[in-house]
Amino acid sequence: MRKYALLILLFSSITSFSQNCDNTLTGTVTDLHDGTILNGATLIVAGTEQAVQTDHDGKYILSNLCDGTYSIQVSHPFCLTQGFTVKISGNTTKSFKLEHHLEELNTITLEGKAYSNKSKTILENTIDKESLERFSSGSLGDALNSLSGVSSLNTGSTVIKPLINGLHSSRVVIINNGVRMEDQEWGAEHAPNVDVNSIGNLTLIKGAGALQYSGDAVGGVIVAESSKIPVKDSLYGKTLFTATSNGRGTSVTSKLTKSYQSGWYASLQGTLKRFGDFEASDYVLSNTGISERNASFQIGLNRFNYGFEAYYSLYKNEIGILRASHLGGAEDQIRAINSEVPLIINDFTYNIIAPKQDVTHNLARIKGFKKFDSFGKLSLQYDFQRNNRLEFDIRRGTDKDDASLDLQLDTHTLLLDLDAHLTDAINLKMGIVGSYQNNFANPSTGVRRLIPDYDKYDLGLYAIADYEFNDRLTIESGGRFDYTFMDVFKFYRTSFWESRNYDELFPEIVVEELSNQILTNPQLNFYNGSGTLGATYSFSENYKLFFNYSIASRAPNPSELFSEGLHHSASRIELGDLSFNSEVGHKIALTFRRDNDIFSYSINPYINSISNFIVIEPTEIQQTIRGNFQVWEYRQTNAQLLGVDLDAAYNFAKNFLFNHQFSLVKGYDTSKDEPLINMPPVNTKNELVYQNQEFNNIRLSLQSEYNFRQNEYPDTNFVVFIPETETMEVVDVSTPPDAYHLLNFNSSIDFKANNTAKLTVGFGVTNLLNTSYRNYLNRLRYYADDLGRNFLLNLKINY
Amino acid sequence: MRNLKFLATAIFATIIFVSCSNDDDTPEPVNEEEVITTLTVTLAPNGGGTPITLQTRDLDGDGPNAPVVTVSGDLATGVVYNGTIVLLNETETPPEVITEEVEAEAEEHQFFYTTGGGLDVTTAYSNFDTNGNPLGTEFTLTAGAASSGTLTFTLRHEPTKPNTGLGDAGGETDIAAVFNVTVQ
Repeated sequence: MRKYALLILLFSSITSFSQNCDNTLTGTVTDLHDGTILNGATLIVAGTEQAVQTDHDGKYILSNLCDGTYSIQVSHPFCLTQGFTVKISGNTTKSFKLEHHLEELNTITLEGKAYSNKSKTILENTIDKESLERFSSGSLGDALNSLSGVSSLNTGSTVIKPLINGLHSSRVVIINNGVRMEDQEWGAEHAPNVDVNSIGNLTLIKGAGALQYSGDAVGGVIVAESSKIPVKDSLYGKTLFTATSNGRGTSVTSKLTKSYQSGWYASLQGTLKRFGDFEASDYVLSNTGISERNASFQIGLNRFNYGFEAYYSLYKNEIGILRASHLGGAEDQIRAINSEVPLIINDFTYNIIAPKQDVTHNLARIKGFKKFDSFGKLSLQYDFQRNNRLEFDIRRGTDKDDASLDLQLDTHTLLLDLDAHLTDAINLKMGIVGSYQNNFANPSTGVRRLIPDYDKYDLGLYAIADYEFNDRLTIESGGRFDYTFMDVFKFYRTSFWESRNYDELFPEIVVEELSNQILTNPQLNFYNGSGTLGATYSFSENYKLFFNYSIASRAPNPSELFSEGLHHSASRIELGDLSFNSEVGHKIALTFRRDNDIFSYSINPYINSISNFIVIEPTEIQQTIRGNFQVWEYRQTNAQLLGVDLDAAYNFAKNFLFNHQFSLVKGYDTSKDEPLINMPPVNTKNELVYQNQEFNNIRLSLQSEYNFRQNEYPDTNFVVFIPETETMEVVDVSTPPDAYHLLNFNSSIDFKANNTAKLTVGFGVTNLLNTSYRNYLNRLRYYADDLGRNFLLNLKINY
Repeated sequence: MRNLKFLATAIFATIIFVSCSNDDDTPEPVNEEEVITTLTVTLAPNGGGTPITLQTRDLDGDGPNAPVVTVSGDLATGVVYNGTIVLLNETETPPEVITEEVEAEAEEHQFFYTTGGGLDVTTAYSNFDTNGNPLGTEFTLTAGAASSGTLTFTLRHEPTKPNTGLGDAGGETDIAAVFNVTVQ
């Protein structure tokens, strides 16, 4: 195949004429994926046999070229050799990007490339290592937020839950190092348990097209992969230190990697984060500190024909929840909402008290692959995850220091994948996955279980094929089937059991009747089909069109099925429904992209139509001895989400770049003909970047972020009687806050410490103007402003 | 191909093994320790006589059933009553007396009494925390002229102490019980 390509290049190069022949061609050669500079890359001009190598900054100069079209072959020891066609007109600049060759990989990816495409027909958004490092002191959600079409559902400033094209929680699947995260992702106030510093490359797929990972990603898939490790004798590392003014804290992360020519490698990584109370522009956000400790270790062997890898990571996170957000009933809610400032503001402290979350996530994975000449590459993976979640509420008496929620979720998964190149044009990926999950809710909390004890079994089968019809057109098609069985032990309140008519609907599941509770054993089966069909067409070198249709089916999660009681952090009663069936989403996404060194852009309109969409919405007011509470019930309906994401980059002058992002999404409940709750408002980001590689790779950027007001929302306000004033008062829980504009500044500069070490110093300011604002997608927006100005200092040493 | 078969067999064997290792123990029930199901206010006339009780009882806690509110009788004009408040958790047997916990954490709790709808009664705190700030599980109530309206008992957890009333007390509402009361 490669020889063939070279031959074509040779022939096409004959068109060069000898006219003005003293032009130079300059540029750089970088890694296609993470932008790493590639030194020692060889460029050969077909026809003239002129050859040069890139210097240590990845730069090259080819001189004595004539006006016309040349074919240039670019090769690098660790990369796939590639041919490029370059049009020379005067002195020309052209940068090349190379794809890493598979020998270089450490991660045993089933696709065979370093960071391969996860789907051939959906445009993937990626965040490279350098950009990720800017979020070193933040979270995975913060990093994802920088992509168009991604926003986040926040609980304060530290629990950041990604929202993809308006969808979140169980509808967004996170793959961490090849393992599907099972970290109780169903809760809106549960952030992903992934250390952003352990990620080398982050890919976002806005849709369910990547069937090898899951069939239930109605919203999308986030794929986090660790950095590649080269197959050569080497020892290298990186330490990143960040200090911030807001939260008065620091974050340190370090990684050390040893690799051998023989293919053996090992890598050790760790992160420590400690922040005190964060501050809004005018006051301290009391009890919003965070303490995070993470570590990961990997060891493996990577040979051409076979390999294995063992990986273990530990994530431990303690997060304070804004003290002023813990409330009793509707009466307290009115006081909190009507108050301009949080009802509780204490002096700054590093202490984290209740309400708080304390989460530990263990992930162990072992994976091996073998290549067979006859049919392709076979991989087998086993992983185990243990997620322990503790939530502390404000309690009384002897329970004061006890957790009110103590859940342990264990998941075992076995995955067998086959990646076969049937012909040069046809690739087939297929696999089978089985998993077993057990949830244990510790009864010693003295609080009724929010999520019941259950065992869950999943079996999935998938196959995806792509066919390179010709150089321009690629077609992809796939299908997946998932079977889920849940065996649950759930205590219902007798009053709820009867009020829902469950005593008549499900008498067979009753195990035991206690004084005021009923123990039941629901056994649920879900059969889900999902599929994808898409095409990619290249109009010319610069223009590409992606089309994808995907269908995703998601079984209801335990929270949607079994919730039954007061949810303290939301100050409302939440009720699930035992009779739910799977939600099915149909998504059509179209992307038109122009790839060009000067001006590139992509336009990505989409429509996502979801039947049996599970929403939670207020239904009534319930009187309890603690006062009035709003009751929110899960309900199945039909929903439609429409939107468009725009990205553009314009290199308008030497070293200057202008980036633009725009995201719009509209979501409607089509059965009730009203807007969906918590839809991201329209937002646009515009950034001016100055980057000069010749001057210590200095980079300065100024970013403007404008969030419009969400004007479409369901009215979920309710009215309660207040005895003190003897009035009926409206509890305004639905009106979105005003639009806001933020300015962020970021800068970095590289210094060479010695032959092998490089120091990068960065300085940044977020919310430069110290704007006070509230974000519609922050669940604590009723009680406090969002973050005020923050100065960040970054120091990075590569060695 | 033989490898493939072996692997497939291995997978299924593992799944079956894992499935079968599950034990069938049923989980133990959780009795909510902190829930307050019952608030009883006993108003004993100062000069003796039949006490009047006001009670709100919500045996299913946050469940769908509304609290059952009872008032045993009317107040008499001009009479001073000694009031005591008892809180129970009746989801446990025998019922747990929550008042004891509240009194043990007196600095972190306070009852408030609110009259509404033209009810002519006045209240005064009878018990206090160690800092001399009101707690209010004991109080006196003086019935004024013949009238009727609402009498509300509010228990706040971690209020600002001292305070001038519900308006600036802050804290979290643990109880909000409204009674329709008549003075004759």
